[in-house]
Amino acid sequence: MRVSGEIAIAPAVVAAEGESPFRRLVADFCESRLAVVGLVLFAAVAAVAILAPLVSPQNPYDLRQLNLLEGKQPPGSPSMAGFRFWLGSDDQGRDILSGIFYGLRISLGVGILSALIAFGIGILAGLTAAYFGGLLDSLIMRVVDIQLSFPAILIALILLAVLGQGVDKIIVALVTVQWAYYARTVRSSALVERHKEYVEAAHCLALSRGRILFRHLLPNCLPPVIVVVTVQVAHAIALEATLSFLGIGLPITSPSLGLLIANGFRYLLSGTYWISFFPGIALLIAIVAINLVGDQLRDVLNPRLQK
Amino acid sequence: MTVFLIRRLLQSVAVLFVMSLIVFAGVYAIGNPVDILISPEADQGERERAIRALGLDLPLHQQYLVFLRKAVTGNLGESFVFSEPALGLILKRMPATLELALAAMVLAVVVGIPLGMWTGLYPGAPSSRTIMVGSILGFSLPTFWVGLMLIMVFAVMLGWLPSTGRGQTGTVLGVTSSIFTVDGLRHLVLPAFNLALFRIALIIRLTRAGVRETLLQDFVKYARAKGLRERRVIFVHVLKNILIPVLTVLGLELGGVIAFAVVTETIFAWPGMGKLLVDSFNHLDRPVIVAYLLLMVCMFIAINFLVDALYSVLDPRVRIVTRGT
Repeated sequence: MRVSGEIAIAPAVVAAEGESPFRRLVADFCESRLAVVGLVLFAAVAAVAILAPLVSPQNPYDLRQLNLLEGKQPPGSPSMAGFRFWLGSDDQGRDILSGIFYGLRISLGVGILSALIAFGIGILAGLTAAYFGGLLDSLIMRVVDIQLSFPAILIALILLAVLGQGVDKIIVALVTVQWAYYARTVRSSALVERHKEYVEAAHCLALSRGRILFRHLLPNCLPPVIVVVTVQVAHAIALEATLSFLGIGLPITSPSLGLLIANGFRYLLSGTYWISFFPGIALLIAIVAINLVGDQLRDVLNPRLQK
Repeated sequence: MTVFLIRRLLQSVAVLFVMSLIVFAGVYAIGNPVDILISPEADQGERERAIRALGLDLPLHQQYLVFLRKAVTGNLGESFVFSEPALGLILKRMPATLELALAAMVLAVVVGIPLGMWTGLYPGAPSSRTIMVGSILGFSLPTFWVGLMLIMVFAVMLGWLPSTGRGQTGTVLGVTSSIFTVDGLRHLVLPAFNLALFRIALIIRLTRAGVRETLLQDFVKYARAKGLRERRVIFVHVLKNILIPVLTVLGLELGGVIAFAVVTETIFAWPGMGKLLVDSFNHLDRPVIVAYLLLMVCMFIAINFLVDALYSVLDPRVRIVTRGT
């Protein structure tokens, strides 16, 4: 969709260069080997998260498959069901690797979903502020400023204290924490775009306000926001893990990586390190992969660095 | 200048008012205040007495006024678990948290600025690259997991440092702190480093960017042309100029450090107000949660106001810009 849209906007350019902007974007992106590694890593993490029931040796939440006698097995030991606990097992005899695959589903799902909702709300608020200006603008931006002057974890704590626990509640908290970043980014680029000639032309054609905002202004404001999305998804995943680790985020029925790590914390002092260690590594891989991709996207999408 | 400060002060009061409304709405309107403020173990008679005492039979706007009047006088309810005033309970734990936060800030400055200057002065050196990769890790690693790994390596595997708790405290010149005893220091090292890690990474990046920018400026060239020794150029001329942004960020981060101490204190069983908060969440001790959050909000508003005020004193441009809009 993206490719065809851009070709339609600039057919002349495409014809002259023989390549679509999207392809150039891909080529630019691939220039950094580290970023490609990040993308591949993220794809792998996302794949095991989506395919968790197929690739896990065990369903860690099916009690029939668990055996308490196999609790706290060190990494690499064989299980009675015939597979190996490559990363060890936890106190209930759950395979850590399977637990990580299922946990990634929840962590990535919550992180990405909350980032997308915040993205939608932030875009709406930012575009409204930039386009209409005046009192509405200063009202929205004042709220954004005040919110950004508090650390994310404090705001999340306030919300969770008010709302209580649950998947939906933590998503609300994560969205509230994040929307302000999107709003500020969209507003600043929309303020620049608003005075450009194509917007004026759209006005002269008497296009409706919604059409100008969403079909003309919005697509041109997106590149910097896309970078914010990657950073925010990583933030959201880390924040959710932190809150779940503290026991005030997700309930035990949704075992995200943070909860897995919290579960292993009790056994850490007795030297049973793998219950906390490996879920943490998985969390780290997911966050670093997203950050690597975001870093390169920032360079690729930055018009000042374009050749 | 005075006008700016007064306007800024008014804004702070407005924010405080809005926050009190949010907390009030959260506790009294969305949730059932009877459940939130009265212990679930209370019997019917106690409940009714408490409802009357808390004014829960009044209309909502009057309840808000009662809540506000109590909050202003520092009466934020009594803890279910400790049967003590919630605010006093938190204030009692505050020194431990402040000690941890300050130790983390000092560590961040002492480690971050020299490393950042090194990477700024020799950006191509292998050691600089290693430091920069380390700083990326410092940004990406979740604080709580780093804390666990610190315990695992230094307390469980190597056995060098104690894993949890606050050590002995000593009193020097009326200040009681664990930095005055060896045992206290040994307990402080791991949590302080854990809390500082993110800020170390931040300061390395800031300092590096600052050094690289400043080195290109004319006054550095001039200082060199004047024949000053390189050491003087770097430690006097360059350092002075990069300190302003670094100190600003540090001032703003102080609040963040205190807020994030919640995580570090939980892992290291540090008896500060962050750990109290998490315990209160687990015991559903809501008056303490409300008191903690209100206290933190007040503190943040105060910190933000002070930073803004200091800024307008130090940098006249801020005042002009605010007058323009």
